[in-house]
Amino acid sequence: MTITEKILAAHAGKKQVAPGELLNVRIDLALGNDITAPLAIKAFQEIGAKKVFQRNRVVLVPDHFTPAKDILSAEQCQVLREFAKSQHLSHFFEIGECGIEHALLPEKGLVLPGDVVIGADSHTCTYGALGAFSTGVGSTELGAAMATGKLWFKVPESLKLLYYGKRNPWVSGKDLILFTIGDMGVDGALYQAMEFCGETIQNLPMASRFTMTNMAIEAGAKNGIIEPDEITFQFVKSRAKRAYRIYRSDRDAIYAEIREYNASKIFPQVALPHIPSNVADVREVGKIEIDQVLIGSCTNGHLDDLRVAAKILKGKKISSSLRLIVIPATQEIYRQAIKEGLVEIFLSAGAVISPPTCGPCLGGHMGVLAKGERALATTNRNFRGRMGHPQSEVYLSSPAVAAASAVKGRICHPEEVMRKGT
Amino acid sequence: MKLEGRIWKFGSNVDTDAIIAARYLNQSDPKILAKHVMEEERPEFSRKVRKGDILLAEKNFGCGSSREHAPLALKAAGISCIIATSFARIFYRNGLNLGLPLLESSEASEVIQEGDRVRVHLTTGEIFDLTQRKKFLGKPIPPFMQELIKDGGLIRHLKKKRLKIKGYRSVRPRTI
Ligand code: SF4
Repeated sequence: MTITEKILAAHAGKKQVAPGELLNVRIDLALGNDITAPLAIKAFQEIGAKKVFQRNRVVLVPDHFTPAKDILSAEQCQVLREFAKSQHLSHFFEIGECGIEHALLPEKGLVLPGDVVIGADSHTCTYGALGAFSTGVGSTELGAAMATGKLWFKVPESLKLLYYGKRNPWVSGKDLILFTIGDMGVDGALYQAMEFCGETIQNLPMASRFTMTNMAIEAGAKNGIIEPDEITFQFVKSRAKRAYRIYRSDRDAIYAEIREYNASKIFPQVALPHIPSNVADVREVGKIEIDQVLIGSCTNGHLDDLRVAAKILKGKKISSSLRLIVIPATQEIYRQAIKEGLVEIFLSAGAVISPPTCGPCLGGHMGVLAKGERALATTNRNFRGRMGHPQSEVYLSSPAVAAASAVKGRICHPEEVMRKGT
Repeated sequence: MKLEGRIWKFGSNVDTDAIIAARYLNQSDPKILAKHVMEEERPEFSRKVRKGDILLAEKNFGCGSSREHAPLALKAAGISCIIATSFARIFYRNGLNLGLPLLESSEASEVIQEGDRVRVHLTTGEIFDLTQRKKFLGKPIPPFMQELIKDGGLIRHLKKKRLKIKGYRSVRPRTI
């Protein structure tokens, strides 16, 4: 069996499962945010449920429109706050200790290898980087799962994505996953599990792994997953407060398809509007001037991401023709970025720093685009109107490309900025 | 179960941001959502859509965000059924949980045209284009889900059966 099949089997009390099989799966963690949880709480109440299945297994994170951008958003947060209080939830993260859900949960040690996690947010698939099965669901289902602690799943077929070869300079997990989505299409892994493996992945730091599994949904996948290894254990060791289990795919596991990627042939990538699969090599996009650069989101708001951006921005100024917004994904990352002097570098370069929030990633607040504006963002989706006006444009890239482009004023390869030796 | 309505035709990869933009998600009132449904894709949609109309799309309908506000907005606007070559996974789960029938048929999505009158038999998966006098066979909706749809979604279904949470397991829809 594959790692995905094994985790699902173990959580359904079965020894053996096969793709297509329907399972009633025990859930380790159920997640909702300020957009999706109000509807889930309503469903929970409408069913007639009185108590959540376990008060330390339901996590609510108001992160999308927070700090509340308007009265309606504030009211949505209020629904979460009151529910958390009445249900005595152990994990309700208010601003101050908050962050973007998919960066926050791993950081707090709430998701561990071998877990089954559901969240009313499509990027719940991020936690696969820890060797967990995690997937996005809707609000009604979250409401039902909060009550029962279980949910039906069809065992997905697995795709094996094998990466080999050394990464080129400035190539991160973002470039690998953009390249892969460009190759497979936005429905290339529909209903399937994407299992990322091979030597390139084994050498990839956690932040880049989270970026890759985060964007599995952008290929239509049910989940993305990476087998835990030393790098995973290092990350989990100091954070885990409960026992966890390691699962690995059998050698004779059956895959719907195996695809190989030679990482040494992959260079920094950019996804052009208006679909994440519209990917090109950054050196081949021509002269694309931009109005705004965003470094942040659950995809690329990690400390490693800020470090790379700071390395490029150190001692430089951003182009006077654009705005740069940097959003550390969590309070902890923010604090560390201050300690390491990264925030100072960003401020000196001319960036604005936002408190941890999804904010502009979904066109919420903190940097919404006007008509005709063009942004380069380290986020995960560039659908029409995603960051603001329907006639604005979003390009997606890694933090390295984003930082370099902020200096140049147009989309460029980090080498264009770093070669000059500053 | 039979449905009949007029067709609205869309292309591939219609994402949930296009169905309902995030700026309207600071609330979840179906009536307000319905007013802004498909606003960017087809500005006239919310004004001209009639109760019972059927939406037709190509591949990967409803991709992107998990927002249940998307199928909720379409349903509140009057859409009675969606036919597509394929659906994004979370949208599919959400649609059925809300009691919005979803049928997969690539042939139907190719041949049927905007404005055609179409009749859909949910039990058999048959799709009749009454304007072109053609018939297609979509994947039939499994019996349990039909019951769910008939009751108006997962929550209503549970309420109707007056099921206690403990019994919930036996009637959980077959989600994918
Ligand atoms: S950062 Fe963007 S993609 Fe990630 S959870 Fe927030 S809105 Fe969704």
